[in-house]
Amino acid sequence: MGVRVAMEVSIAAAEAAKLADVDVIAAYPITPQTHIVEHLAELVADGELDAEYVPVESEHSALSACIGSSAAGARTFTATCAQGLALMHEILFIASALRTPIVMMVVNRALSAPINIWNDHSDIMAERDCGWIQTFAENGQEVFDLTLHAFRVAEDHRVLLPIMVNLDGFILSHMIEPIDIPEKEEVRRYLPEFKPAMRLDPDRPISMGPVGIPEVYTEAKKQLDEALVASKGPIIQAWDEFGKIFGRHYKPVETYRCEDAEVLLLTMGSISETAMTAVDIMREKGVSVGLIRLRLWRPFPLDELRAAVKGADTLAVVDRAVSTGGPGGPVCSEVRSALFGLPNRPKVLGFIAGLGGRDVTLEMFEEMVNQSIEYAKEGKEQFYELVGVREL
Amino acid sequence: MKASEKTGGIIGWKDLELGCALIEPGTSKGFKTGDWRSQRPVTDKEKCIRCGLCWILCPDMAYRPTEDGFFDSDGNYCKGCGICARECPTDAIAMIREE
Amino acid sequence: MIAEELMAKELEELKDFRGFKPRELPREELVSPGHRACLGCGEVLAMRLVMKALGRDTIVAMPTGCMEIISSSFPQTAWEVPWIHVAFENAAAVASGIEAGLKALMRKGKIKDRRIFVVAMAGDGGTADIGVQALSGAFERGHDFVYVCLDNEAYMNTGIQRSSATPYGAMTTTSPPGKRSIGQMTWKKDMPAIAVAHNIPYVATCAPSHYIDLMNKVRKAALIKGPAYLHIFSPCPTGWRCPSDMSIEVSRLAVQTGIFPLYEVVNGRYKITVRVDRRKPVEEYLKTQRRFRHLTRDVIERIQRRGDENMVKLECQEKFHSYYMNALQYASSPAQS
Repeated sequence: MGVRVAMEVSIAAAEAAKLADVDVIAAYPITPQTHIVEHLAELVADGELDAEYVPVESEHSALSACIGSSAAGARTFTATCAQGLALMHEILFIASALRTPIVMMVVNRALSAPINIWNDHSDIMAERDCGWIQTFAENGQEVFDLTLHAFRVAEDHRVLLPIMVNLDGFILSHMIEPIDIPEKEEVRRYLPEFKPAMRLDPDRPISMGPVGIPEVYTEAKKQLDEALVASKGPIIQAWDEFGKIFGRHYKPVETYRCEDAEVLLLTMGSISETAMTAVDIMREKGVSVGLIRLRLWRPFPLDELRAAVKGADTLAVVDRAVSTGGPGGPVCSEVRSALFGLPNRPKVLGFIAGLGGRDVTLEMFEEMVNQSIEYAKEGKEQFYELVGVREL
Repeated sequence: MKASEKTGGIIGWKDLELGCALIEPGTSKGFKTGDWRSQRPVTDKEKCIRCGLCWILCPDMAYRPTEDGFFDSDGNYCKGCGICARECPTDAIAMIREE
Repeated sequence: MIAEELMAKELEELKDFRGFKPRELPREELVSPGHRACLGCGEVLAMRLVMKALGRDTIVAMPTGCMEIISSSFPQTAWEVPWIHVAFENAAAVASGIEAGLKALMRKGKIKDRRIFVVAMAGDGGTADIGVQALSGAFERGHDFVYVCLDNEAYMNTGIQRSSATPYGAMTTTSPPGKRSIGQMTWKKDMPAIAVAHNIPYVATCAPSHYIDLMNKVRKAALIKGPAYLHIFSPCPTGWRCPSDMSIEVSRLAVQTGIFPLYEVVNGRYKITVRVDRRKPVEEYLKTQRRFRHLTRDVIERIQRRGDENMVKLECQEKFHSYYMNALQYASSPAQS
C-alpha cells in the first residue's frame, strides 16, 4: 500500500517521474512549470533519483537533448509550457517522427503577447498536429496517474511515441492536493523497464533521421499517422491495467450526468471540475444538462465522442484558446468536424473562456448553457464567442 | 523487406523502419558515383612509391590498397576530381578524359 | 595549483596515445563511398579523416547541412557508425543528450560500461551562427563530447550564402561585391577563441592538407575527458570557385600564408602545431579562388595586415602560458601569503 500525502501538484508530477526511475531529465525553467524540474533537481542532488539532470540553456535544447538521450536508449523526461513549448515547436515534430518515447509535462499557459504567465490552452493548441499523444489532467491525482500512464504507453512497442501530459498552470500546478503515492513495487509492476526498440549503439549502427526524398516523405507521414491513431488501443489498455492495479479508472472521454441531457457541455482540463459543480446546480434547477470531458486529445477519440453526444440536441464546447481568424475555437472546430455527417448530431456551439488566467466561474457555465438553449430554440448555430469579453 | 533493399526510395509505408531509420550501415556503397566522372586517374606503377597519399586524400574513398602495396582507384566511386593526381609527390598519376 | 592538476589529468588521459603514423593509418572507412558530395569536396574528406581517427565506438550527431544531405539520402546511408540528424541548430544539444543518456545507462548497469565517443559534427553555419547557443550551453555544462566544425566558410548546401565564418572580402550570393561592397564586409568570427573562452580542456584547428596533425588532434580531443572543439578548414571547390583538384592545395596555402594557422589549446595552453618559418603572402592563397577575384590591392593588403597581426597574437598567446605559470608560482609562494 502506498501513502496519501498532501503535496503541490507539480511536486506530485516530479514524484511520478522519480517512481518511473527516469534516466535523463533535460529541462529549462519557465513559470508555471518550474516547480516540477526544481523538485527533480533536488531529488537528483540528494541521491534519491539516479538520473542525469541536464540543465540546458533553452527549451529548444531541452527537447533536442531529450531526443538524443531517448535515442541512446534512456528513459527521458522533461517539462515546459507556453513560450517554452513554442520554442520547442520545431523539435516536437522531429521527436514524434523519430519515434522517441519522451514524456513531457505541459503546464498550460497563455502565449505572448501580451506576455501572460497564467493559464489557458493557447500553448498546447498550437501544437496539436505535432504527432505526440496528448492527455489532459483534471486534478492532482490525475496528473500523477497520467504521468505514470504516459511512460507505460510511450514505451509500449506498439506505440513508441512521445507523450505530453497537460495540466493547467497555477490552477492545477500550484494547488496543494491529497495525492495517493503508490509503492515502488506497485509502480514497477505497472511500468516495466524501458526496452528501446532501436537505439544508437556502436555494435549495431543505424542512421536515424535520414533525408526523406519526395518518394518517401508521404509514406513516412502515413506511418506516423497510423501509429498515432493505433495508439488509442494501448492507451485504453494501459488505463484499464492502471485501474486494476491502483483502483483509479480513466477513459479517453468521460461523461457526467449525460443521461437524457438535452444540452451538453464539453470541457478539457481543470475547469471540468467547476463544470461538474455547475451541472449539479443546473440539474437541481431542472435544466437538462450534462458534461463531456475530453481526457485524450491526441489521438482524437472519435468513436468515444460520437457515442457520448448521442441523443443530445445541443453541444456547447468550451475552448481555452482562440483560433485567430478561424471558424471556431480549436476544440470546437475539431468536435464539429468529428460530428459532421452524423445523423441527428447535436448543434455545436462554441464558447471561448478563461483566456490568460481569467476565471471560468459557475455562473459562466450557466450562462453558456442558457445561451445554448436559446440558440437551439432559434435554430442558430454560431461559430464561436468569447465569454465575458468587455464590449465597451 | 528492408528499406535499403529497395532502391530509389520506392517503398510502401508498412515497409518503412520505425521513424524512417536506416538499419543497415554503409548502404551508400550501392550508389555508384563513378558515372559523374569526366576524367579518371591512371597510375604509372613505375613512378609510384606506394606512399598512399592518393588513398588518404581521396574524398570519395575510391582508392583501395592492393596486395602488392599499390593503390587502385575504384571506378565505381571515383568522381574524377583530380586531387590524387595533383597531390602525387612523384607525378605518377595522370588524369585521362573519359570517352 | 589547479592548472597543474589539469595538466596531470591530461597526461594521464593521453598516456597511451603515441600519434598516428603515415604508413599505419587505419584502413577502415567509417564513411562509405557512394556519398553525394561534390567533386573534390574538402569537407567530406575532413569528415572521413575525423572518423578514421575516432574509430567504430563513436556516435555521431549531425545537424542539417552539406554533410548530412550527402551522407543520408533515403534509402541509403554512408554511415558505418550510429548517426542521428535532428535539426539545424541543435547538434550540440543532441550530443549532450546522447552523452547524458549513455552515462546514466552505464552507471545504472543497463548497458555495458565502456568508452563511446560522442561527436557532434556541423558546418560553420550550424556552429558559428544558428547553433552557437546550443554549443555554448553544451561546453559550459561540461559534457564529455567532441564538437567538430567543418568550416567551408558559407552556407554551401543552400547555394553559397555568407555566414559569420565567411572571410573578409569573399564573394557569396548574399555578400556580392558591388559598387558599395567589397563582398563580405566583416571579419571571420573567431570560433576557436569562443570555444577557449568556455575553459574547455581541448580546442584545436585542423586542415585536411595536414592530415596527420588533423587525426592526432581528433584522437586527443576524444581521449581527453570533457568538451573538445575542433575547427577544421574544409575547402569547397563549388562555393569557393576553384578547380576540384585544388582542395588540398588551397588548404595547404591557407596554412602557409597564415590565413588558417594550425594550433591547439590544451587547458588554456596555446601551442602552434604546424610552424611556418617563412609565410607566403596571402595573395598566393586568395588568387586560387574566384570568390576573391574582385579584391583590390588595398583590400588584399588589409587581409595581409590582419593575418600578420593574428599570427603575432597567436605567438604571444603561445608564450603567455609560461609567463602565467611563473606568475601563479610567485603568487602562491609562502613569501607572498
